[in-house]
Amino acid sequence: MTEALLTVRNLSVDFHTARGTVHAVRNASWSVNRGETLAILGESGSGKSVSASAVMNLLDIPPAEVVSGEILFEGKDLLKVSYEEHRALNGKRIAMIFQDPLGHLNPVYTVGWQIVEMMTAHGRPANKARARALELVTRVGIPDPEKALKKYPHEFSGGQRQRLMIAMALMLKPDILIADEPTTALDVTIQAEVLALLKELQAETGMGLVLITHDLGVVAEIADRVVVMSQGEIVEEGSVREVYHHPRHPYTRKLIGAAPGKGEIKQPATDAPALLEVRELAKSYGKFTALKDASFTLSRGQSLAVVGESGSGKSTLARTILRLEKADSGKALWKGKDLITMSPRELLSVRREIQMVFQDPTQSLNPRMSVYQLISEGWDIHRLMPDRKARRRRVDELLEQVGLLPEHAERYPHQFSGGQRQRIAIARALALEPELIICDEAVSALDVSVQAQVMALLDGLRKKFGISYLFIAHDLGVVRDFADMVLVMKSGEIVEGGPTEKVFNAPEHPYTRRLLAANLDPDPDVQAQRRQMAATAPS
Amino acid sequence: MTDISQTNASPAELRGAPALLAMLWRDKFAFVSAVVLLIIIICALIGPVFLGDLAASQNLRGRNSPPFDLSRGWAFVLGGDSLGRPVLARLIVAAQSTMMVAAGAVFSAMTVGALFGLVAGYMGKNVSQLVMRLADVIMSFPSLLLAVVVLYLLGPSVPNMILVLAITRIPIYLRTTRAEVLEVRERMFVQAAVVMGASHWRIIFRHILPIIAPTLVTIATLDFAFVMLAESSLSFLGIGIQPPNITWGLMVSQGRPYLNTAWWLAFWPGLMIVITALSLNLLSNWMRVALDPAQRWRLESRKTGHD
Repeated sequence: MTEALLTVRNLSVDFHTARGTVHAVRNASWSVNRGETLAILGESGSGKSVSASAVMNLLDIPPAEVVSGEILFEGKDLLKVSYEEHRALNGKRIAMIFQDPLGHLNPVYTVGWQIVEMMTAHGRPANKARARALELVTRVGIPDPEKALKKYPHEFSGGQRQRLMIAMALMLKPDILIADEPTTALDVTIQAEVLALLKELQAETGMGLVLITHDLGVVAEIADRVVVMSQGEIVEEGSVREVYHHPRHPYTRKLIGAAPGKGEIKQPATDAPALLEVRELAKSYGKFTALKDASFTLSRGQSLAVVGESGSGKSTLARTILRLEKADSGKALWKGKDLITMSPRELLSVRREIQMVFQDPTQSLNPRMSVYQLISEGWDIHRLMPDRKARRRRVDELLEQVGLLPEHAERYPHQFSGGQRQRIAIARALALEPELIICDEAVSALDVSVQAQVMALLDGLRKKFGISYLFIAHDLGVVRDFADMVLVMKSGEIVEGGPTEKVFNAPEHPYTRRLLAANLDPDPDVQAQRRQMAATAPS
Repeated sequence: MTDISQTNASPAELRGAPALLAMLWRDKFAFVSAVVLLIIIICALIGPVFLGDLAASQNLRGRNSPPFDLSRGWAFVLGGDSLGRPVLARLIVAAQSTMMVAAGAVFSAMTVGALFGLVAGYMGKNVSQLVMRLADVIMSFPSLLLAVVVLYLLGPSVPNMILVLAITRIPIYLRTTRAEVLEVRERMFVQAAVVMGASHWRIIFRHILPIIAPTLVTIATLDFAFVMLAESSLSFLGIGIQPPNITWGLMVSQGRPYLNTAWWLAFWPGLMIVITALSLNLLSNWMRVALDPAQRWRLESRKTGHD
């Protein structure tokens, strides 16, 4: 290996937990040079963040232990330098930004104070620091920078906070910037903006960028080289194009294969009767309009996707239909009867026919109930299946249907992985033999490969039982593969709706077009092409 | 699906009572506490029947006789009190009233407080406001003054003591429960239950209460010692337990004047209060772990060992 600016060589990190030792990272080696972007790609638990944390001396020791290896920065081993020496490097030469900027900005100080502190902490005069802060905040595209410096973190949007974090990280012109999932919490259009900003800044300053991510699209958009991590080991390394088109390791192949948005688009059935008709549904919280005259029809056996960015009102739509929120006006006709004005008694029987799968299965399953109790609760509520033996058999059947084992019935939710938990939640929904399942971001908390499995499961259930879906998502790739009708929402309004093929291939509304353009394709060539098109055709 | 392997922590899965006992055995402190509490409860149940006369019989020659002296018989092994009554026998007999007052007060305060707390947290703003202001009224009233007034009006007796002590402790449970309910009811699994059509009753008792119960039990065990001492101060004022009936708290306050000549008069009952409170604390700590499925593995024997 030639002399790179930052080299991690044969790093192994163990975590000593109550349940035994976990080998978080095994023999990982990577390096990054000035002006280069390295992506570390992996799913949750793959150890992708650990080596970067080791570089920044952020590991908690114990429980963590660096078993072997070295981290060379300009030839100096960072694992051997003193705490004080490390502190002098952190922030000044190597900076880091995180996934959740709100969590990493102190809420009781103004952002200006925090950005300036970055420099004064490293011994620079305050007036110089202030000038530099102003310059950078302007550079990262915060409107009205003078005023912005006097504001507190909560007064900015998520995308702006991430820009501020970037400004803070760049204060001392670091040689290396480590970005840990910098855009995961952001909407697609804002993600595209932040990634573009990072790219520009890198070109200006010539710093090395280490990007930790789980998203193939982000890798395709920004990285030059990529290392793929799985279960603590680097399984593949190479240029982004080479890894995407000629993956050698089976895990990489699986990961690329699982990326959504490549399948055939489904055609909606035309003759099915309407199941749910929503007419001019509206909901506002005080002055804020969360939902504005939403109307659509969902036919039997159809899967209707609702896409939009955070705050677009897509969850509110589902919650008002389910009467978790009270609608201000409008109708939601379920087989001709209005859900909004229905009496509690009638509603109870409808509750059986419409089920919901939530975004985060960790929170939507009661931690104190066993899987058996969770799945059979619906029968208790609706006084079904009084026979205990029949229940047992049905629970076993349901568990098998969603790809779990009958002996899992006695376990508790915390003993399963995220994907398995979502399967439990689906089994619970299926127990009542619903006609409609509302999925509120049901797969967005899951890793790509698990997401593909769960989506395949949902699709299989649709074919087998003719279940309809109202599928709320922000990931356009998933929607494209799964839904046959799509609604696009923006600020509480449905701006476009129609068959998936039409919305994806011939979008009418400018917002839909913007959304589709911002969606990152896992293929680096496609992304490069798009960038070129955007550059040649000024908007 | 990689983590199925690590969930096979206990190959021989026990159920019901044997499993609970096995878990109790794993935590030695909790096990000892359970045994101690069991002994105290047995003493409280059958002590007065067998030792009632012995505990009340005066023996002026044995006044303030020192402990660990077996010449007067086993009953005086912990010494004799200012009227020559054996301390050991009195301790055992006093267990009954002490436990009755403390357990009764703590249990009723917890039940009533939790119930109102659940209602205040779950129902709308108006009900919540009403309940909370009532709690404020109780809290703003000096509890000792309230006790004096009530006991003066109703007359001192064990049920009245329980009533007074319970009322003064209710706000603690009420406020804690309400605060927790406000948080828990926004959790996703409660919403999931609503979507499935669960009744309010079911949501409160199946989904919310089990989550907040460990907090309540922990407060209750801490409260136990407090109530025992509060009872002794009422008895000291003469409006609590009336002689010849005795409690540990009363014994402590009666022994206080003799502290520098006959320390054992106050020491032994004081020690009993400490032991009881400590045992309850250790046991509740164990219970919190044992009842939480996500923590339970700490108490389960792992025969497979580390890989």
